[in-house]
Amino acid sequence: MLTILFDGVAYGMLLFVLACGLSVTLGLMNFINLAHGAFAMTGGYCTVILVNRLGVPFVLGLPIAFLATALIGGLFERTLYVHVYARSHLDQVLFTIGLVFMSVAAIDYTMGSSQQFVQIPDALQGQFRVLGIGMGKYRLLIIAVCGLLTIALQLMLTKTRFGSRLRAAVDDQRVARGLGINVGAVFALTFAFGSGLAGLGGALGAEILGLDPTFPLKYMIYFLIVVTVGGTSSITGPFVASILLGISDVAGKYYVPKLGAFVIYAIMIVVLIWRPQGLFARTTAR
Amino acid sequence: MVAPAVSTYLKSRARWSPFEIAFWVFAFATIWLFPGKYLILKDTAILALFALSLDLILGYAGIISLGHAAFFGLAGYVAGLLAKYGIINEPVIALVVAGAAAAALGFVTSFLVLRGSDLTRLMVTLGVSLMLGEVANRYSNITGGADGLQGVDIAPVLGMFRFDLYGHNGYVYCLIVLFLCFLLARRIVYSPFGLSLRAVKGNPLRASAIGIPVKWRLVAIYTVSAGIAGIAGGLLTQTTAFCSLDVFSLERSADLLLVLIIGGTGYLYGGLIGAVIYKFLQDWIANLTPQYWQFWIGLVLVAIVLVGRDRMQASVDAARGYATRLGARALTFSTTFGGTAPDRH
Repeated sequence: MLTILFDGVAYGMLLFVLACGLSVTLGLMNFINLAHGAFAMTGGYCTVILVNRLGVPFVLGLPIAFLATALIGGLFERTLYVHVYARSHLDQVLFTIGLVFMSVAAIDYTMGSSQQFVQIPDALQGQFRVLGIGMGKYRLLIIAVCGLLTIALQLMLTKTRFGSRLRAAVDDQRVARGLGINVGAVFALTFAFGSGLAGLGGALGAEILGLDPTFPLKYMIYFLIVVTVGGTSSITGPFVASILLGISDVAGKYYVPKLGAFVIYAIMIVVLIWRPQGLFARTTAR
Repeated sequence: MVAPAVSTYLKSRARWSPFEIAFWVFAFATIWLFPGKYLILKDTAILALFALSLDLILGYAGIISLGHAAFFGLAGYVAGLLAKYGIINEPVIALVVAGAAAAALGFVTSFLVLRGSDLTRLMVTLGVSLMLGEVANRYSNITGGADGLQGVDIAPVLGMFRFDLYGHNGYVYCLIVLFLCFLLARRIVYSPFGLSLRAVKGNPLRASAIGIPVKWRLVAIYTVSAGIAGIAGGLLTQTTAFCSLDVFSLERSADLLLVLIIGGTGYLYGGLIGAVIYKFLQDWIANLTPQYWQFWIGLVLVAIVLVGRDRMQASVDAARGYATRLGARALTFSTTFGGTAPDRH
């Protein structure tokens, strides 16, 4: 029971790191980015190449995956995404689905369609037993990394100058621009950072979620659930949503395996009917 | 004074243009023109019908859906199960029942879809289709699960035309159903009801201010659209005698959006023309690179958005206007010569 809870929390933390970039793009620019999973997949495959083929240590592979994905994300943002921000939602959906299809086929072409595994160092394998609960070392690492990231993100958003600029740009683009904030640069940096986080999540999660070319399609719905259920106005909303999603998914698969992901979709639809703006949305905004 | 002017304008707009007549004459001529291509033609007809149903809600009511496959798939399974267990053997009646089942699902889910923003709609439509997929997977003793629904035996249409191996009867059947559904959609779109939908799409607030019951109009068109999508799904099952879980997949809904975008939304023929172009593209690319055609489909999508749909729509409109003018000129040409000739002597 507690082991399920523990696994669920680890899974949820992972989902949060994967999805929080998306929540920022969605909340920030009102941009529906279905291709977010493609960045996560890029990070995962970066790690696979680095660790398995080039023999880079796993601990070093993670930050490189983060940087590489952030770079690619920033590049895409400046060259392609900027043209689509002002378009209708339909255009955004079409555009990003097109990107997903392209990334799936491109990875299939370069890396093959079989599932990839990252070689995790021996020190991270095995379990601790604390008070009779089995805790995988790797999952503990995920919780630690993701927990630290969450705190760092929260501090960055609320305490730093960049965070306040970002929040200003979220609340009112025009006024922020009028105050001399370079909204385009803030967006680009945030997008790159969010993509980088997704890449890191993909690298960390390759072991738990599995990594194959259909990754962006398979997990797209999960990221979207986190964002829509959690609301897009804060970090805490998606955080709570992803922990809930992680626990209920793990528990659902453990207790009623035949139902599969049905439970999650049902919960999502109920939440969206109940509160179309998400569970933790600020209702007074604007 | 104004009302007759408006009604004559609307009537003239709803009249069949030479372009439309030529389109359907050609569509039916394909039965004899391309005898070896029945299978791909049949798939195109089904896809066109499916895209037509999406056009009704996207082009005329402005509802974005990423889960239209839910209705397609549900009706596909209904048609398959009806035939497999011999509940309704006659394909036409089974098709109507399958469509009605999809319409019922559409009616129920429309209330969920109409709430919230575009993103919420996307999520709910997608969620509904994925949920149905999970249900079909769960009850694998009835639906066959991941192996698909096998052993479907479809009786001859109207007791006379059996589905043959070459797909001739299947194609004719699909084409006739497509034409009938198109007539229905056309009737709806050019009716006062269709005009009110356009008003709702343009500005829901103003539409409700002039007394249009926005919510019920949307519910109605969503239900009709779901029904037509269901008929398309039923056709697929009946003509292939098979139904598998991928009828619910996200790819199917996404491809459908692409089809409609290629053809253009909001003039009914978009789905049909888009389906033809899409099928030919798919066939052509799949011949070049069988495994990676998805990449090129994705590239087409990205390119379409970057070029801009409005610009493409403008060029399509220009071409269409030119074609209609040409057609009209040809018509006046033939009437002046054919019509006046008997008066001479």
